[in-house]
Amino acid sequence: MAEKEKGSLLLKTIRPVGIVGYGAYIPQYRLPAAEIARVWGQSEKAVPIKEKAVPGLDEDTITIGIEAARNALARADIDPELIRAVWTGSESHPYAVKPSSTIIAEAIGTSPHIQAADLEFACKAGTEAMVMAIGLVGSGMGDFALALGVDTAQGKPGDALEYTAAAGGAAFVIGPAEIALVEIISTYSYVTDTPDFWRRAYQRYPEHGQRFTGEPAYFKHMHTAAQTMMDESGTSAQDYTYAVFHQPNSKFPRSAAKKLGFTDEQIKTGLLSPVIGNTYAGASPVGLTAILDEAQPGDRILMVSYGSGAGSDALDLRVTDRIAERRHAAPTTAEYIARRIEIDYATYTRYRGILQTR
Amino acid sequence: MEIPRHWRLQKQRYGLVGEICPHCSAKIFPARDVCPECGGEAKEPFRFSGKGSIYSYTVMNNAPVGFERGLPYTIALVKLDEGPTVTAQLTDLGANKVEIGMPVQMVTRRIKEDGDERGMLIYGYKFRPVMG
Amino acid sequence: MEKVYIAGIGQTAVGELWKRSLESLSNEAIQGALKEAGKPEVDALYAGNLLASAASSQANLGVKIATNSGLDGIETMTTEAGEASGAAALRLGYLAVRSGYVRTALVVGVEKYTDIVGSSVENVISQTMDYDFEAMQGLTPLGQAGLLMARYLDSYHPPREALGALPILAHANAINNPYAMYRRAISTDAYHKAGLVCDPLNLYDAAPYADGAAALLITSDEKLSQTAEKAPIEITASTSTIDALALHDRPDALAFSAVTISVQKALARAGVSWSEIDLFELWDAYSIFGILSVEACGLAAHGEGWRWLAEDDHSPKGRLPLVTMGGNKARGFPLGAAGVYQAVEAVQQLRGEAGANQVDGAKTAMIQAMGGPASNVITHIFSKL
Repeated sequence: MAEKEKGSLLLKTIRPVGIVGYGAYIPQYRLPAAEIARVWGQSEKAVPIKEKAVPGLDEDTITIGIEAARNALARADIDPELIRAVWTGSESHPYAVKPSSTIIAEAIGTSPHIQAADLEFACKAGTEAMVMAIGLVGSGMGDFALALGVDTAQGKPGDALEYTAAAGGAAFVIGPAEIALVEIISTYSYVTDTPDFWRRAYQRYPEHGQRFTGEPAYFKHMHTAAQTMMDESGTSAQDYTYAVFHQPNSKFPRSAAKKLGFTDEQIKTGLLSPVIGNTYAGASPVGLTAILDEAQPGDRILMVSYGSGAGSDALDLRVTDRIAERRHAAPTTAEYIARRIEIDYATYTRYRGILQTR
Repeated sequence: MEIPRHWRLQKQRYGLVGEICPHCSAKIFPARDVCPECGGEAKEPFRFSGKGSIYSYTVMNNAPVGFERGLPYTIALVKLDEGPTVTAQLTDLGANKVEIGMPVQMVTRRIKEDGDERGMLIYGYKFRPVMG
Repeated sequence: MEKVYIAGIGQTAVGELWKRSLESLSNEAIQGALKEAGKPEVDALYAGNLLASAASSQANLGVKIATNSGLDGIETMTTEAGEASGAAALRLGYLAVRSGYVRTALVVGVEKYTDIVGSSVENVISQTMDYDFEAMQGLTPLGQAGLLMARYLDSYHPPREALGALPILAHANAINNPYAMYRRAISTDAYHKAGLVCDPLNLYDAAPYADGAAALLITSDEKLSQTAEKAPIEITASTSTIDALALHDRPDALAFSAVTISVQKALARAGVSWSEIDLFELWDAYSIFGILSVEACGLAAHGEGWRWLAEDDHSPKGRLPLVTMGGNKARGFPLGAAGVYQAVEAVQQLRGEAGANQVDGAKTAMIQAMGGPASNVITHIFSKL
């Protein structure tokens, strides 16, 4: 039984907990950044990523969540009626009022005897859901909980974030460590009131603080969360086989990793933003699924999310022996990324409802 | 607004939940009150695997209200591996050429909104080419 | 049991009749039928209609029609059996008169699909399908026909242009029908080049929805039938058979098994065989329906209906004349009224009033209407006395 050391900032469970199933989903449409640059007359060389994933006309946070959850359940190989909570983190819930989580729960066949709610904390709502699920299982309140981080992010036409605002998501079944594919060693979160990015009620697109989103926001919280996690755990970058950080573009996570002492080799597997964009609440969770698709038993993984507003969740993870037998029960994240259909900007405006038809 | 009628069919639509006949074990979709195979009473829920193949398909160029946004779209009769046939849209077709006999798998997607942008969202089964 | 005679017929031109209402169209057809029968006393009016409740927000349509035509104090009911609603009204009238409870009745088929415009037209027409499991997937009746044709082409590999035989015949026949919507021929080439409306279904595979009304005066009064201006016609068979509403609920979607049963029962009831049927007003809402219908009727083997239609002569001078006044395809397809139009056209043939399209010596005619893709099949046989 893991025991919390006195005075430690780390969150540790009373009962050993792990990820018993994981799953991702990424829509198949891709909008190249060069195409956005063409439309707005900007340089194709200065674009922040190669291309981003765009949801189809019949896709949204709920449908993405359902498929990711089904993949997670397939790997977990448990009866969905054993799940005691469904928490979905997103900033693009299809309803302003009415939970996405109840629809996802009904679709995957949980019982009605569950906790369910939607979470919003910009890009860290997914990891917040994971920490909540870890708490529920770790306290012994229930054996299994489902946490999702999903988004179909909104990028204002012509805004810098239009290049990266993408769609995708991941789901994790959190359960007892004995049957887990990944053991959760501890978590740690660092949160302040930092207004770097927001969307007011009834507004269609978010606003952001330009360069203010960098140093005082993303880097400050990411670095503090990761460094504190390692300091409190007595680890350093070399102790981790993989690391996955929130990835609003290609550059930020690389800079943050370098400063923390991580190599490109450690972060490349989970760094998907260059080819799928920033999936917001799905960003670091989807990166983690790509890592789990190839990680070996014993590998240690540091995951750090970042949500504007602002805060970071750090998770210290270790892969177990069970990974190899369950990994193939659902499509890999790479298979979803490979399922690629390039669209032009006009099609993008139609798919995203930017092209007004009424 | 058609809230109640869509609400009561959510399980069937979201997860392709039909029935298995307690008398003759026939798998039934959509659910009904009397088993079409043996005439017995049928009410035991059964979740279909979502695997099937295309029995026939057509491309819609005119749509009823609520479906115009997706035009043109492909609708198929999908023969489920467990026996029954369902009518459903095909999605994520991309460059795939649709053919009768093609294997497909169920996904849950947004079907339409009830009325306009203020109405409830209706989700349900569609099918796509089997991945991989 | 009483014998049932048709003592009068009436019909309006078929088309997009923007200025006309349900009751005004009905009245034109009613007055035609009444006049032919010498304006007898009418006990009942049975109205067949599909769309009025949704497209015109009018239920209890029979009362509206009867009142507008000055038929106060009579019995009236409205029948709905999908696109076979008109045929259902005829069957209801037949049962009422045959039973002896009603002596003389008007059967009116009326449709007014142009009371609304836009995508909602597709919605009201799609009511004929299973709403929860077909219409809710965005399917329409046109789509159902597309599904059937795609499966047929895949199963039997007929030459694609051969499927045009029935629409081409219908258009050729409609030239001589003054009530028809499209009085012009189409060529095989034009059929072949027509745009796809519901791949693989093209523009000429689908009958055009239309407005129109047709009426019959039916009676058990032999004297009335004889004093009528025109020669009386007897209804010698009336049958109705269902199949599953949704295509996906049928063991074989191409079987159209309700057609088989309905026709077998009708032939037995009338005591005739196919060789004695002089013309067949089959249901050509879609070309594929006609093909599947002749196969289900036993006129051609499964997979051979297209050949039977394309290679045999089915013109008014042919072996078994079909859609003699243009059918739904070229006369126009006034949905719930179409079954009564078929009856009116069969009566014209049996009376020898079909003009250039007259089937020589026609004594016995079969008419058949379908709700949906043979979800509801109503067959009647008429004989000249």
